[in-house]
Amino acid sequence: MKKKVIIVCCLALLFWNKATATTLRMAFDADPISLDPHEQLSEGTLQFSHLVFDPLLRWKQNGQFEHRLATKWERIDNLTMRFHLRHNVTFRTGNPFTAKDVIYTIERLKKSPDFRAMFDTIKSASMVDEYTVDVHSTYTNPLLLNIMTYVFPMDKAFYQNQDQIIKYGETFASRNVSGTGPFILTERELGSRMELKRNPNYWDTNSDGNIDKVILTPIRADSTRLAALLSGDVDFIFPVSPIDIERTKKIKGIQLVTLHSTRILLLHMNQQRRKEFQDIRVRKAINLAVNQSLIVDKILKGYAIPAGQLSPDRFLGHINNLEPEYDLTTALELMKEAGYEKGFRISMMAPNNRYMNDEKVAQAITAMLSRINITVDLKTLPKAQYFKEFDNRSADMMMLGWQSDTMDSNNLFEFIIACPDAKTGMGAYNASEYCRSYIDDDIRQANREMNPERRLRLMQQIERTLYNDAAIVPLYWQSLTWAAKDNVKIQDIVNDQNYPHIGDLFIEE
Amino acid sequence: MLIFLLRRVMQACFVMIIISLISFAIQDKLGDPVQQMVGMSVSQDERNQIRNELGLNDGFFLQYWRFAEGAIHGDLGTSYYYKEPALDVILEKLPATLELAFCSILLVILVATPCGVLAAIKPKHILSRLLMIISSIGLSVPIFIVAILMVYIFSIELNMAPSFGRGQTVEIFGLWESGLFTKDGLKHLLLPSLTLAIALMPIFVRLIRAEMMEVLQSEYIRFAWSKGLSARRIYFKHALKNTMLPVITVGGIQAGTLVAYTILTETIFQWPGMGFLFMDAVSRVDTPLVSAYLIVVGGIFVITNTFVDLIYGLVNPTVRLASHGL
Repeated sequence: MKKKVIIVCCLALLFWNKATATTLRMAFDADPISLDPHEQLSEGTLQFSHLVFDPLLRWKQNGQFEHRLATKWERIDNLTMRFHLRHNVTFRTGNPFTAKDVIYTIERLKKSPDFRAMFDTIKSASMVDEYTVDVHSTYTNPLLLNIMTYVFPMDKAFYQNQDQIIKYGETFASRNVSGTGPFILTERELGSRMELKRNPNYWDTNSDGNIDKVILTPIRADSTRLAALLSGDVDFIFPVSPIDIERTKKIKGIQLVTLHSTRILLLHMNQQRRKEFQDIRVRKAINLAVNQSLIVDKILKGYAIPAGQLSPDRFLGHINNLEPEYDLTTALELMKEAGYEKGFRISMMAPNNRYMNDEKVAQAITAMLSRINITVDLKTLPKAQYFKEFDNRSADMMMLGWQSDTMDSNNLFEFIIACPDAKTGMGAYNASEYCRSYIDDDIRQANREMNPERRLRLMQQIERTLYNDAAIVPLYWQSLTWAAKDNVKIQDIVNDQNYPHIGDLFIEE
Repeated sequence: MLIFLLRRVMQACFVMIIISLISFAIQDKLGDPVQQMVGMSVSQDERNQIRNELGLNDGFFLQYWRFAEGAIHGDLGTSYYYKEPALDVILEKLPATLELAFCSILLVILVATPCGVLAAIKPKHILSRLLMIISSIGLSVPIFIVAILMVYIFSIELNMAPSFGRGQTVEIFGLWESGLFTKDGLKHLLLPSLTLAIALMPIFVRLIRAEMMEVLQSEYIRFAWSKGLSARRIYFKHALKNTMLPVITVGGIQAGTLVAYTILTETIFQWPGMGFLFMDAVSRVDTPLVSAYLIVVGGIFVITNTFVDLIYGLVNPTVRLASHGL
């Protein structure tokens, strides 16, 4: 009798399990600030866009494009690209997805303060027929497809006439959402919780994704986030702090996935503030005195790649044999040659909660520079205050991390090393005040060069010049680490931009 | 009584003006709110335009005047992040914090009073000595270590309580989201309230013990003994009542510590209350929310301390409030 009861109970449990929806509880360090995908160009917004909207095309893990709402694209002429759209796709509201929505979205992107700069290169979009769109660029643009990954078509009939973008006030689009994506937003408590359910009419029926419900909780503190995973309160977290990685690896039932990101960390040496930095020998000496490999090994526990240039290896400008060098004797000699044998004193600023272990890295650099007699007065600040100081160029040496929005070297060059120009926005993050007009010419040319061979040469040439000139101190490319329960198959859906494709995520029962 | 209240109200107004000035003055030091609103690649011109629209480029006193004008009408500004009136956002989070504080205060009263009394009545008892040792450990261990330990033991190892969040809530009278009436809510409440209680408890155990021991030495207690009153009556009716006077005063002052500790506890346990909101607002440079929080908390302080003084009078009628210059 007893046995029977147990068997019945077990069976009941089994069926009950089957009957309940597959739920993914995820805890990331931030949540989207708004439901409006065009309000802020940030990681949180883009992660949300991939949940509720679909892009025309998106990046695969291997750096190739994947068709999403665009099934085909072809170049009509140097300035025009034709996109063929997927048929039979509907928005959450039930409105059909057509070329009108794509054109509407591109026009809205051109109005968004955050996306405007990127979409300035697109002149207009025009309708060919209901499922075909032509995108016209202002000038020949080799990165058009990269930019089009930011087009997540919005429901024109739903948003029209109430679609203003205001950064600090309530708008219709910041509170209401209609996309074609794999999930539909059901509940949202800003800053603490977001709930989504599977879109029953989702077009991509070939996807392995089997998640019916997503609960997203932003957890700021690293230790709380990890504890939530270990105690089983959540299934999937990002990020995992480097000091916790080794410990977490040993825990049964938890898996870690690490990918190299394209985010470069670097130091700017301000040549306007310090005449010493105008001397190439000093800049070279500093580059030689900083031991990137040691920083990566000891402080980041191997979760980064030491960098001797700006472009990571998946970018066009990457040069294979440009490795970071460490040579203290040569560095000391160079300092002596430059007449700074006794060294000098500089100020340095770095954030303390923006990048992985940023404060410790800055402290290590302080120690390394003291070996060539440069005394560094280091000040670290929370990111909210740091970037204000960065904009004011408040210190002689400043730390910066940069991820290219277009997944291309030229974006790095434009923002970090082009001559600062308030009008065009070029060199906005160039705190070196390093300025070479021939590099600017190359950047402009690379922006229009359609021949991949020539474009590659242009960008490698810039990278080479930077290296020979020791213009900046590249540090490393940061890695991204996610952790999840073993049955959550995150391996295939994470990517180096950190927009996990949750729609395709499979959870084993 | 009336004079006392009037004086208090005037004092409160003065305090609030000072708090508002200070909270407004530090805004500039928190960072640039516009920086938080835009992506990295947005140009200076665009940023400047937003700054102008927000009135952030105006002088300090002009900005403060605008703020004060709104504040008099009950408008403490609009949160940049929540895009709602800052006061509404805070009041929405208030129940979570009050429930947390209420539960931990309840725990403190229920545990600290008997412990303190026991330690005073039987100072040589092994249990009393143990209590004293534990309380000094409790005083010296920082709260975040307690919290991390709690999470490790109770949620990771024993899997007894969830490690973060507030769990399921129900709405009461249509205006109070409460977690006190669901099993899930209570489970979530366990660790944070325990942590907060542990942070506050030791000082009360020690205080009650010391006060009680002093009272037990006094003339009227000896008189009561010689009169032949029962031990229970002496301890709990005569001695404890007089012990509570200074304890209440300290309790009022400790309300400040409680606020500070709720910020920490809420941050560690991701408790969606005011403290967590405040930490978030600081890191997001949501300056209107930060100012509003400081003003609300300042207000709570003033009110609790007024109440403490009133209770003082109730417990010991010989204290005449007005003549104490309170």
